[in-house]
Amino acid sequence: MPKVVEFQEVEKRYGEGPLILDRLSFAAEKGDFISVIGPSGCGKSTVLKLIAGLSPLSGGSLTIEDTTPANATDEIAFVFQEPTLLPWLTVQKNVEIPLRLRGISAGRRREAAANVLARVGLSEHAGYYPRQLSGGQKMRVSIARALSLSPKILLLDEPFGALDEMARDHLNEELLALREQKAWTAFFVTHSVAEAVFLSNRILVLSANPGRLYREISVDLPYPRTKETRQSSVYQQQVADASRLLRSVEDDRL
Amino acid sequence: MSKKILAYLLPVLTGILFIALWYGLRGMMADDQKFLLPSPDQILTAFIENKDALWNSALNTTKGALIGFFGAVAISTLLAIVLSLSPLIRASLYPYLMILQMTPVIVLAPIIIQWAKPGLPSVSVITFLICFFPLVVNTTQGLISVDRNWVDLFKMYRASRRQEMFLLRLPAAMPYFFTGLRIAATLGPIGAIVGDFTAGSSAGDGGGLGFQAIIYSSQLKMAALFATALTGCLLGFIFVAAAVWLSWWSMHAWHDSFSRNDI
Repeated sequence: MPKVVEFQEVEKRYGEGPLILDRLSFAAEKGDFISVIGPSGCGKSTVLKLIAGLSPLSGGSLTIEDTTPANATDEIAFVFQEPTLLPWLTVQKNVEIPLRLRGISAGRRREAAANVLARVGLSEHAGYYPRQLSGGQKMRVSIARALSLSPKILLLDEPFGALDEMARDHLNEELLALREQKAWTAFFVTHSVAEAVFLSNRILVLSANPGRLYREISVDLPYPRTKETRQSSVYQQQVADASRLLRSVEDDRL
Repeated sequence: MSKKILAYLLPVLTGILFIALWYGLRGMMADDQKFLLPSPDQILTAFIENKDALWNSALNTTKGALIGFFGAVAISTLLAIVLSLSPLIRASLYPYLMILQMTPVIVLAPIIIQWAKPGLPSVSVITFLICFFPLVVNTTQGLISVDRNWVDLFKMYRASRRQEMFLLRLPAAMPYFFTGLRIAATLGPIGAIVGDFTAGSSAGDGGGLGFQAIIYSSQLKMAALFATALTGCLLGFIFVAAAVWLSWWSMHAWHDSFSRNDI
C-alpha cells in the first residue's frame, strides 16, 4: 500500500515553548481511518495542524503524497472542533467557500455544493442560516464543506465533542457511510475511546508532556460498520482494551 | 397581555404628566418671567408659524450632516482596513487618532472656518470629525477580532489576503461597524448643528438649525427656539432610526442580536 502521510521523527514546539511532540513516527496508508487519542496536552490537535500545514515542524520530516504539507493542501480538508460556519452566509454558501477560494465558477460551485449537501442529508436546509440549525446539523454542514473539494485526506479535530451521545453516534455512522462512497484517508482526534474504536482501523495512543507515540492499536472490525457493530462483543472488548491502555498512559504520568 | 397595554400606556401618561407640570410651573411664574418658558401650545404655534424657515434650515443641516456622516463612513472604513493590516500600522497611527478624538472639535471650528468656507463646507467637516472616531475604532476592532478558526479555515484553503478581507474580515466586522454607525448617526445631526452654530452662514441658502437658533436667540423668540430644538430632535430621530433600520436590514437574517423577541 502506498504511504499517504508519513511522520519521521517529527518534533514540534511553539516558539521557545516546551516540546509538544517528541520524535513522532508513523505512516498512514491509503484508506486508513486513524484516530489519535491520549491525555490532554499530548499534542493530538498539533498532529492535525502539522498535516494541514497550518503550523511548521520543529524537527524531523513529514511527507504527504510524496510532497510537503504546504504543497499538498489541495488534497486535504479540515473539520474543526467548532463548526466554524460563517454566520452571514447560508448553508449553501458556506459549503461553497472552499470552492470559491479556489476560484471555481459560480455554476460549478452551486452544483458541487448541492451534491455534498445531499450526501449529508441537508438539501432542504440549503437556504438556512447557521443560527437556524441544531448543533448536529451545523457539524454536518461543516463536514459537507470539507468534502466539497473531494479531498484525499480528511482531518477531524474532535468534531463531535460538543454533541450529545445520540447525535454523536448518529454522526459517526453517517461519517462512515460517507466514507464508503469515497475512501478518503482520515485522521480523527477524539477524547472518546468508543468513538475511536467505532470509526478507525488504527488508533494511535499518545502519551503527554511531551507527546510521544505510546502504543498503536489496530481495530479488527470489518467495514462497513453500523449501529449493530456497537452491540458486538468484539467491539465492546476492543473498547475495554483501549480504555485500559489509555488509563495506563495516564497512570504512567503520575 | 395587560403588561403589554401598560407598556404603551405608561409613556403616554408620563408625557401628559410632564406637560401638566410644564403648564403648572409656568402658571406659578411671574408674568414678566413667563417669556422664559413658553407653553407647549405656544411652541407648537411657533413651529407652525416658522415652518418654512425651520424646514429650510433643517434641510441645510441635513445636507451638512449627510455629507459629513457619509464622508466619515467611507474614509473610516478605508482607514480601518489599513489599520487592520498590521499591529505596527495601528501602533503608529492610534496615538494620533486618540489626540484627534480628545481635541474638542468646537475649538477647531474657527480653524476649520478659515480652511474650508463658512457654511456647508465647514459644517460638513465638523460633522465628519465628530462621526469619524467611533466608526474607525469600531470597524478596526471588528476587522481584527475575527475568530481564529475562521482565519485557519481560510489559511487552509490558501485564501489570498484580498479574499480574506472581502469574504471574511469585512462581513465579520459588520456588527462592529453598525455599532459605530449607530453612534455616528446620533452624533451626526448634533455635529452639524453645533458646526452650524459656530460656522453657519446665511450666505447662499440661509444656514442650518444652529444658525437659525442664533437668529431666534438674538430676537429673544423663546418659543421659536424651542421649536428649533424640537426640529433638531426630529432630525436626530430620523438619523438614528435610519441607522437602526439599516443594521436590521443587513443583519437580521443571520445575526443573533435580531432574534424575533428583541426587535
